[in-house]
Parts: sequence; C-alpha cells; structure tokens
Amino acid sequence: MIVADKKPIEEIIDMVKGYQKILIAGCNECVTVCEAGGKKEVGVLASALRMYFMNEGEKIEVDEITLERQCDHEYLEEIRNSIDQYDAVVSLACGVGVQFMAEKYFGTPVYPGVNTCFMGVTEERGVWSERCQGCGQCILGKTAGICPISRCAKRLLNGPCGGSTQGKCEISKDLDCAWQLIIDRLKELDRLDEYEEIAPIKDWSTERAGGPRKVVREDVRQ
Amino acid sequence: MRLRYPDTIRIIRVPCTGKVDLIHILRAFEKGADGVYVVGCMEGDCRFDNGNLRARKRVEQAQAILDKVGVGGERVKMFNLSSGEGPRFVEYAVEMTEKMEEMGPNPIKIAMQKAA
Amino acid sequence: MSAKTPSRLEKILDSGQLAVTSECGPPRGSDPETITKKAEMIKDHVDAINITDNQTSVTRLSSLASCIHLKLMGLEPTLQMVVRDRNRIALQSDILGAASFDIHNILCLSGDHQVFGDSSQGQNVFDLDSMQLIQTVRLMRDEGKFLGGDDIKRPPQMFVGAAANPFADPFEIRVPRLAKKIAAGVEFIQTQCIYNLDKFELWMKQARDRGLHEKVYILAGVTPLRSAGMAKYMKNRVPGMDVPDEVVKRMAGVPKENQPEEGINICVETIQRLKECEGVRGFHIMAIEWEEKVPEIVERSGLYPRLKD
Repeated sequence: MIVADKKPIEEIIDMVKGYQKILIAGCNECVTVCEAGGKKEVGVLASALRMYFMNEGEKIEVDEITLERQCDHEYLEEIRNSIDQYDAVVSLACGVGVQFMAEKYFGTPVYPGVNTCFMGVTEERGVWSERCQGCGQCILGKTAGICPISRCAKRLLNGPCGGSTQGKCEISKDLDCAWQLIIDRLKELDRLDEYEEIAPIKDWSTERAGGPRKVVREDVRQ
Repeated sequence: MRLRYPDTIRIIRVPCTGKVDLIHILRAFEKGADGVYVVGCMEGDCRFDNGNLRARKRVEQAQAILDKVGVGGERVKMFNLSSGEGPRFVEYAVEMTEKMEEMGPNPIKIAMQKAA
Repeated sequence: MSAKTPSRLEKILDSGQLAVTSECGPPRGSDPETITKKAEMIKDHVDAINITDNQTSVTRLSSLASCIHLKLMGLEPTLQMVVRDRNRIALQSDILGAASFDIHNILCLSGDHQVFGDSSQGQNVFDLDSMQLIQTVRLMRDEGKFLGGDDIKRPPQMFVGAAANPFADPFEIRVPRLAKKIAAGVEFIQTQCIYNLDKFELWMKQARDRGLHEKVYILAGVTPLRSAGMAKYMKNRVPGMDVPDEVVKRMAGVPKENQPEEGINICVETIQRLKECEGVRGFHIMAIEWEEKVPEIVERSGLYPRLKD
C-alpha cells in the first residue's frame, strides 16, 4: 500500500490559520492501514485543531469526513454538495488524493495533512517499510522476488557493492543489504548460478525520469 | 470499602483501559474537562494481555498533543493498580485533583465561557 | 593478454613485471598545486597514479580535471569514475573528455553513498552500476559506439579497471563477483586494502581455481597504518574493511611515536608476502594524505626502480 506519515500539527496549524470553516477529509484505504489519515486520525486532528484555536481565541469550525478513497471520481463526488461551505480542506489522503481533490474542487484550497512516503508493507504494527518504487518494468522474476531498485540504497542491478557488511547496508545497520537478501534467496531456490548473469542497463524511461506516467487500457475504456 | 474521594471526579467505567481511545481523552478536554486520568490494572496483569499497555501509549500521545495545543500534557495521566487496592485508588484521585487545582482550569473551558 | 591501448600501465602488466600504482586525493578547492605536488613526490616510484572521484561523497576538485593536470606533467593518470553522481550521458561525455587528453586508464566504481559526505541531502544518480560502466567503456573502445548506438569519432582507448573487495560480505560471492566483472570486460583490478592476509590468499586461491588470475591483472591494495587509532577506526567504522585483531594489537603494542614506522613495516611485509602469491600482478598503494611515504614503501619492498620508457 501507499505508506504515509502524519504531518506535525504545527505545520497543519500554520496551513489553516485564518480560515473560519474547514473540512478534515480522511481516506479509508492505505492511510487508514498505516494509521496516518483514516477516520481515527481525522477525529484526533479535528479535536486538536479545535482546542488549539479555541485557546488562541480564534473562531474556527472544523468538520470531519472520511471518504472511501480520494483517487476515484465517484468517491470524491460525495462532497460535491457540501464543499462550497468550506474555506479550505485538509486532506489526510496520500498525495494522490490531495491532488485529485484539488483538481476536482478547483476553487477550494486543499492542504496535505500527511507526508506521502513510499509503496510498502506492514512489517508489524507501527513499522512500515519500502518495497516498490514503481520503475514500470518489474524485474522481480530475475532477482528472486527482492527488488534491488527499491531496497538497495544505490539501486545496483549487479550488486552488492563493497560496503555490504554482515548482511547490512553501508548506510545503516538497520537496513538489510538487498543483495544479501537476493543471494540468500537464490541459494534457497537453488539458483545461485544465476548470480553471475549480468543484468543489462535499465531503461529508466518508464520510471520518474521519463516524465509523469500514464497507463491507458484501450480494452477497458468506454 | 466506602472510602471517600474528591467529588469533582466523574468516573467512566470500561471493561479494560484498552477500550479508551485517544479521541475519548481529547474530546473530554475539548468539552472543558480540567484533567483526565486513566486507571488500569498492573502491567503484566491485564486480563486481555496488553490493553493497559495500549492505554498507556494513548495517554502518552494525548500528552504530546495537549502540550502542542496549549492545554498542557500534565492534565492527562495513566495510573496502574490492582482491583483490590481501594486506598490507592483514593490516593490517585487526590493526586490528580490537587494537581489540577494547582494548574488551574482548562484554558479551553475559560475560552468557552468567554465566547458564551 | 596483449596490450590493446597506449596505456603505460597495461604495457607494464603485459610484460609480466609487477606494477605499482598509487593514488592522490584532490583538494577541496581549486588549487591544482595540491595535486601536482603530491604527484611530484611519488612519480618516480609508481607506474600510474589514481585520482579519486569525490571519495566518501565529499565534494572535491574533479577526478577528470586532476587527471588532466597529471597528464600535462607527463605522468600516467588513472581516472576513477563513480556512477553515483553522473547519468549515462555525463559518464560517456567525461570518458570522451579524458580520452581527448589521452588519458588511458579508468577505474569503474559504484561510489560511497552520499550520506557519508557533505551532501547527504542531495540526489544520487546510479543510472548505470559499476558493472554496466565497465561494459560501456569496452563498447566505446572496442566497437567505437555510444550506448545509444551512434558511432564515436576517435573512440577512447582506455585500459579498463575496477575494484574488488575480498573482505566485504557475503564472502561466498566475492569471487563470482570478480568473474562477473571479468565477463563484463574488466582488464585490471585494484583490491581494497589488505590487512587480513589469510582471507586475501583464500580469495586468490578461489580465483585461481577458476582461472580468473589469467583473465585479469589483479593488483593487491595496501594502506600503511599511521597509528593504532587509525587501525581501530578502520576496523570498526569503515564498511567492507577487515583489520584483524593481531594487526591492531601490533600497532598498539608500540609506543605512539613509533607507530607510523610500524605501520610502514606491516605494509612492506604485506607486499613482500604477496609477491609470492600467484596471480598478484602488482600493488596499489593507498596512502591518502601520507603520499610522502610511498617512495619508502616501494623501495623497501624491492619494487624500485620503476621502468622508464
């Protein structure tokens, strides 16, 4: 899922200062799972903001809503009839949702309430880690199911580098060396001889480098 | 035991302090409570294993938020005791009450009164 | 293996002699004298001089510019090129830049992650990795083509090198990794500096078992220790470095003012022992900020005088 982390409340306070009526909009999917922007977090943020501004002697109305997703037209339409009463929206969805909301409600300022981080897994409650960077040309079949692009700090396709120490990356003892993981798994799958195949130079044009990306499926377009 | 404790305290009973969520604590302050305290079982004795540990974490989160919004993190606290410890219950009640008297009323309450 | 480039280093290795190379670190400023002075100190004792490329991700005068200064002095530079900071356009472009000054040696490296240096907030590139850079230089040289497929006018004639670290983990793939670099086209290797001779000799044995010592020229890396503190630091704080306890003990067992001398003794002994190691075709002496000791090390190791052409 997309993993995000809550923005510090000071940052959000700064964004909404001066508005009289705002909507905190959460999302029921990824940000709920990583406990950054779901219904609970919306409630907590709204309560905190009310208390802050009350303390400051400033009037502000803070409403709450949690949409199913903020990346599909249908779900964002749910607030079509109520959006105009708000001076601004703080969206706790990932960066995708914040933008889609802003596109849809062109005249309403939309602010991000979380920092969107990466595509990753829940290792355990409270710990999420990166697994995919969306390079657009998946090579997991060749690397025993472990991605060197997202999990190697140098995204080496022919690793490991000379800094790999005891299975950890040179940049941090808390980071597994992706190539150690790949080698371990190749061994487990009895495919260690594949290690010596040289991975070719990558076509990065399907990655960020090639420009903002689109997937078009003519077969399902209406 | 019929011990007496300060009458400015409203008790809300829960089957386990693990049921207390962060929003419950914050809402109490939003509505003007001067202090909130959570009393759970001794750590390690929770009948549901770690409900009281979750409560402690949520109290800590509440403390951080209350500090940031100008209410004061010391207004919320977690206590642990076993169900037979009547006198200790009173002790905690007195401790919180005295602390709140020392800190003064919740600034939110004052602001609400002003606005009214 | 017969020489394919005008590289002096290649010629010496080809002739069957032991080669000696060393390295200089460029300054954190634009004064070329820092480089030229260091080069002056060692020029008669080495066959080629590596110039490091923003080593440890600390921004310095570029390796390419420094190599040009050396070339203008009539010396033989080795361009170290990391893939951390340049995409394929810049890599090929700088290779041509070096070739335009007839620089004939290149060392293809990954590069330390930028978190170690002065620009930890910067981007990194890693468009190619070091393996693919080796392939690229060979393509440019042997087929006279850019990666994109177009022809190169006056292709670079570079002797292609890379690094090897017998002491990094996992050990079991360190020889396969050497084989991989050879398959990619590497022609000479400079190893990480050696203190654990047993481990190095084991790695060499495994390489020999596969015949790799005949497919690539391996230069053993050595670095003289200046103090027991340096030994401890390298042991504990430098990734991919193996400094055995005996070495640290030996350094610590000598009074502080004698430690530099002891470090040089260890260095010379290492070279003497590895001269007997089949497959070791030369030595790469890394004495960063202690370049003045290189002549002594070379002489005491019986590697002086160097061949002059």
